[in-house]
Amino acid sequence: MKILVAVKRAIDYNVKARPKADGSGVELANVKMAMNPFDEIAVEEAIRLQEAGKAGEIVAVSIGPAASQETLRTAMAMGADRGVLVQTDDEVQPLAVAKLLKAIVEREQPGMVILGKQAIDDDSNQTGQMLAGLLGWAQGTFACNVAPEGDSLAVKREVDGGLQSIKLKMPAVVTADLRLNEPRYVKLPNIMKAKKKPLDTLTPAELGVDITPRLKLLKVAEPPARAGGVKVADVQELVAKLRNEAKVI
Amino acid sequence: MTALVIAEHNNQILNAATLNAAAAAARLSGGFDVLVAGHNCGAVATQAAAIAGVGKVLVADAAQYAHALAENLAPLVVSIAGGYSHLLTASTANGKNAMPRIAAMLDVAQLSDIIGVVSDDTFVRPIYAGNVLATVQSTDRIKAITVRTTGFDAIAATGGTGTIENIAVQADAGLSTFVSEELTKSSRPELAAADIIVSGGRGVGSAENFAIIEKLADLLGAAVGASRAAVDAGYVPNDYQVGQTGKCVAPTLYVAVGISGAIQHLAGMKDSKVIVAINKDEEAPIFQVADYGLVGDLFKEVPALCEALAK
Repeated sequence: MKILVAVKRAIDYNVKARPKADGSGVELANVKMAMNPFDEIAVEEAIRLQEAGKAGEIVAVSIGPAASQETLRTAMAMGADRGVLVQTDDEVQPLAVAKLLKAIVEREQPGMVILGKQAIDDDSNQTGQMLAGLLGWAQGTFACNVAPEGDSLAVKREVDGGLQSIKLKMPAVVTADLRLNEPRYVKLPNIMKAKKKPLDTLTPAELGVDITPRLKLLKVAEPPARAGGVKVADVQELVAKLRNEAKVI
Repeated sequence: MTALVIAEHNNQILNAATLNAAAAAARLSGGFDVLVAGHNCGAVATQAAAIAGVGKVLVADAAQYAHALAENLAPLVVSIAGGYSHLLTASTANGKNAMPRIAAMLDVAQLSDIIGVVSDDTFVRPIYAGNVLATVQSTDRIKAITVRTTGFDAIAATGGTGTIENIAVQADAGLSTFVSEELTKSSRPELAAADIIVSGGRGVGSAENFAIIEKLADLLGAAVGASRAAVDAGYVPNDYQVGQTGKCVAPTLYVAVGISGAIQHLAGMKDSKVIVAINKDEEAPIFQVADYGLVGDLFKEVPALCEALAK
């Protein structure tokens, strides 16, 4: 079974994003970028399934500017076998990403697609579900455990009240939650090896997908800042403040 | 045109998050209906019909809707979506699971996690872990929306006079089956709806030590939450997680104990009315958002706080 893994180049998770001064977008010039953390978990899961003999080739796909090649090289250094970049400098919203991924799925015919459950930049949490909907496939979102069992897939999901177990017909789309696994560190020799792995580049036009944005960003702003608080000396003062000043207990 | 709110429920009780989603729908110009898809969910339909301002309550009652599986819910919503200008659901695990599938099947974009309604086609939503608020306009004929519950005060659960209508069900898609669920049992308030939350972080150190967080929570009648670090370390179950990718909460009082205050945690709690932080590291970022900060060893301060509260 071939596995397709989708990876996004996103802001590094340690960086606090700020709006541009004119409110037209988010300041990303000279900001550290990295693979979206949830996508790292998705790549790791594909590799573990391959190592367990439950998956064949792993193809990493990214959609974005030329710099997304770095993200694909990271995925290949982790263990993906090859990469596909759908290169565009235009904004690609989740619905368009899902359509591009669908086109890649039709070319590659994987038995499973694994993606991060959300990207930490736009926080949409949409792409995996949209891809499953477009393909008419089953979806195992927010997965914390994935186990292929013949022609079905057992998925344990993180839900509001705890955990839910479902069984999916294959092929299926899985989106990775935080507790699915702990991604491996990339070793230097693997980074060197990854440079020799095949990386194909396509364009949205070659895939016949219209990526025109449906959502128009009118402005961005910083949320209202919290007024600075005070330090209290001890628990007595804290309780007094909560009772008499804040009146919340 | 009318909006459709997809109800969240467990086939017996309407989840309160639906009232927040309905509150967002009520800000739109065309009124709203509610869809209750479930199995033996008549009681939920009755509750939905009492939501203030509701028009119709559409009921799809069949076994394949019992667990809100997206593969079955999506085609049902798509079958009736043509009559609506907006589709809304709360940003719960079920809502986040189903709405993008519905949107893609309708070939429309989704607006995730809205916290404000500017007009019928323009909405405010947090991006980048809530560090940026985006005002976004949709050009699609149907607006598919998930609603962050903390962004909208719940609409009244009573006073409505909705008319209940059964709608045609769709066959089981045959793609997915529910197997089981392990829900955390607790006598404490539900995290998403609690007035007071006491959360523990990595500083708590172990699952056993979480007992002191729970004791404080019980004294305050509070729910218990946690940072990602505490959940990853196995101190508490996953559904305790507050943050960018866990639950977003905005209680009257949030007490953060042994939590340093990573961007991702702050994203889930910084809209709380009053924030208290107890941490031994006075440089911890949590103090930048705390109204009241207490620098000290949590193993000394939390028991002392319990004692002071008990007085």
